[in-house]
Amino acid sequence: MSAGRRFLSHPISVLSLIVLVLLGAAALAAPLVEGWLGVDANAVSLFNRFGPPSAENWLGTDELGRDVLVRLLYGGRVSLFVGIAAALASAVIGTIVGLIAGFYGGRLDDFLMRLTDGVIALPLLPLLIVLAAVDLGKLGLPAALAQSDQVSLYRIIVIVSLAGWTTVARLVRGAALSVRQREFVLAATALGAGNARLMLVHILPNVASPIVVATTLSIGNIILLESVLSFLGLGIQPPLPSWGNMLTNAQELIWSAPLLAIYPGLLIFVTVIAFNFVGDGLQDALDPRSGPQRR
Amino acid sequence: MLRFVAVRLLQALIVLLVMSFLIYGLIGLMPGDPIDLMINANPNLSPSDAARLRALYGLDLPIWTRYLNWLAAALQGDLGYSRLISQPVLDVLKPRLLNTLLLLSISLVLALAIAIPLGVHAARKPNSVTDTAVNLLCFAGISVPPFWLALLFIILFSVTLGILPAGGMAPIGGDGGLAERLPYLVMPVATLTLVSIGGYTRFVRAAVLEQLRQDYIRTARAKGVSERSVVWRHALRNAMIPVVTIVALGFGSLFSGALVTETMFAYLGMGKLIYDSILGNDYNIALVGLLLATLMTLAGNLLADLGYAALDPRISFTETRT
Repeated sequence: MSAGRRFLSHPISVLSLIVLVLLGAAALAAPLVEGWLGVDANAVSLFNRFGPPSAENWLGTDELGRDVLVRLLYGGRVSLFVGIAAALASAVIGTIVGLIAGFYGGRLDDFLMRLTDGVIALPLLPLLIVLAAVDLGKLGLPAALAQSDQVSLYRIIVIVSLAGWTTVARLVRGAALSVRQREFVLAATALGAGNARLMLVHILPNVASPIVVATTLSIGNIILLESVLSFLGLGIQPPLPSWGNMLTNAQELIWSAPLLAIYPGLLIFVTVIAFNFVGDGLQDALDPRSGPQRR
Repeated sequence: MLRFVAVRLLQALIVLLVMSFLIYGLIGLMPGDPIDLMINANPNLSPSDAARLRALYGLDLPIWTRYLNWLAAALQGDLGYSRLISQPVLDVLKPRLLNTLLLLSISLVLALAIAIPLGVHAARKPNSVTDTAVNLLCFAGISVPPFWLALLFIILFSVTLGILPAGGMAPIGGDGGLAERLPYLVMPVATLTLVSIGGYTRFVRAAVLEQLRQDYIRTARAKGVSERSVVWRHALRNAMIPVVTIVALGFGSLFSGALVTETMFAYLGMGKLIYDSILGNDYNIALVGLLLATLMTLAGNLLADLGYAALDPRISFTETRT
């Protein structure tokens, strides 16, 4: 069976992929929806707080009278962007660590894998909270820049990448270790290929499937981590909406407007579970020997 | 065996030292150092006063010197005072640590008590209806944001049904005994348990499945051992070795989960303390709290390594581990 066929034989993974495509399209279309419904995602309207669903505000309005639907779509842009960008950054870090560890082996491998295990074992969330609380101004960044939306977006990507690279590193290391022993690598060595060429040209393409699988699986985790940090007030800063920070005030509002606490969390849940199902299906399709549930 | 323990203890000590320096440096970079706070509190303070105070408290020294001073004091048992609570750091931490250990241990035991039978049942008939259902539940558990699950619990049990307190530790004016605290523990424990079950179940399933393929299982079946005994005694016992590793490596993420859970339910544990101290510029608490959390995970890992020996007599600690 080809990889595509094998993926299609998992109905849940296919459904998840469709859900993700629809969510992504809806998030990209946020400005269109905004114009079409004639609402403004950031317009505060204190006379129209906690509004019920209406022709204009399909999902009602929040505690500042802003349209919930449009804010969810804009929040989706941010959450998906952070998830995908940070997963790619983690994949790069993890691939480099894994390739080096698997290729050179020996003491370097021991050290890098100990480091990876160490990062996995650490209580990451409290440490990431400290990183998120660091005042960039004290590192010499101009105050105006350090407080800007752009910087809060990019710093959260950097911070969650620091936690997200370990899965990729372990999978790539395992794959590189076995590919290194194969005949074509020996042949390339005999022909005089250098270490860098061996790693990039001969080993990297052969460890591509575990990288793709691990990256897909890590997007879900990263979106979860971003939502927790944003929820705690240390990630994406309002008024820029993200699914996490839309829930920051929800706890005080659950008595008056419990639905406001439901929507953003439901979207996080659906997105994360969909990425996990797609990753699971990809693993089965690209790497059938490892089986869907083995490490 | 002794040598192995000594080596691992030394490694843990080095990790702890490195972490303490890193955390010390990071905390110095958080907004608002003690002098900034004094300037905020006293508008008459001139820049030269601020510089003088900085010199007085040694805040103008290079970070290495400051760190070594802190370390020297810490090793003599002087961890400083909490800025927010005005009590010695250890006095603040001790009750919080006990609360967190209570929460973590109940949740961990519950999660494993549910995950092990679920994983074994799923592994006995791969791709059956049971297996698929368990798999879906696992994915749901792994994918749900813990703070949102906590919110849903509060909405359901506190707002709608009104049968459980939305947060806190014990009723005001009570004696604070365990019986009084029980209703306050239900939702935090349930949240933390549910978000951990998924991962554990998947690992138990994978580990048992792997064992069931082995030759010794076929031998056991061939000589007429009952299926129940094959699965629960032969396969599960061997499958527990990787599971113990995962539980130990997952200790850090369990603590991260505890931080979120404690914050959501205003449960006075270490996680909430660390979060509050970081937001409130309580340097001494944040530093020691983070180190204690690291120490706990390192201790968990060490215990797991030792647990191997109890579970698997083939592992000896005299040779270097692979």
